[in-house]
Amino acid sequence: MTSTSNRYQVSIEADPTLPIIHIVRDFDATPSELMLAHTDPALFARWVGPDKMETEILDWDATTGGRWRYVARRDGMEFGFHGCFHEVGDAHIVQTFTFDGQPDGVALETLRFEDLGNGRTRLHAQSLVDTFEGRDQWLASGMETGLDEGYGKLDALVAELR
Amino acid sequence: MADDQLSRVFAALADPTRRDMLARLAVGDATVGELANPYDVSVQAVSKHIKVLADAGLVSQSKDAQRRPCHLEADVFDLMTKWIERYRQQAQERFERLDDVLAIMRGDTQHTDHLHLDSPHLDSPHLDSPHLEQGAAS
Repeated sequence: MTSTSNRYQVSIEADPTLPIIHIVRDFDATPSELMLAHTDPALFARWVGPDKMETEILDWDATTGGRWRYVARRDGMEFGFHGCFHEVGDAHIVQTFTFDGQPDGVALETLRFEDLGNGRTRLHAQSLVDTFEGRDQWLASGMETGLDEGYGKLDALVAELR
Repeated sequence: MADDQLSRVFAALADPTRRDMLARLAVGDATVGELANPYDVSVQAVSKHIKVLADAGLVSQSKDAQRRPCHLEADVFDLMTKWIERYRQQAQERFERLDDVLAIMRGDTQHTDHLHLDSPHLDSPHLDSPHLEQGAAS
């Protein structure tokens, strides 16, 4: 395994006053390279993950007013996600995110790529959801990444609590 | 059941007044009356909030003492911290995959050498994307 110690670590913060998740992470890449990795469907499918799941892009128009849809598959299970590209700028993306299993729920995601110079970029991402409950369930469920695996771990944690 | 416990914790934390009360209890135990002080609400209303928090396992109330001070159950907060940590770990894994894709876009062989050893997903057919060459050339 690659050691994580020599990688930039992601910072996640659940805002106490608004149903927002803040994410900050540095990369050894330029803002334009990061924009490409986020807007090119073939590149995006390769990293959005999770591990062991295969992502298939079904619909992709990464332009202002465009839309996206993809499914993540593993062992015959399928999880679909879709949303709109509200705005795609030179170094920022504003988009919506919906899990097909919860079609009424929508997150508003803002991604900003801050040029740190010397080929480094800091990603500032935030996801605004409808309610605190929805935000915290989202954090807890890890719905972006293997639900069954997540619930197994959650069960163990709850058992640990008792 | 685990799901019930989860739902109660989330429902309890969804209310800003209850989150305030938990923040107050993090400083130290307090009675219902003391908790009601900063808010423009009745002791009865605070009692209702405390009941929701207690049902979720976030707060306990001593049965014996006359003042019945409320006590924060820190274990549940450790659990919340672990949930966020799990989410953080998943995000970290995602961004490390992005690191690898960015390294390949730049044709950074030093970074990509190990990828074939520990990242089988990089052997996907998407490698021949025309955008990838465009990215590597820029």
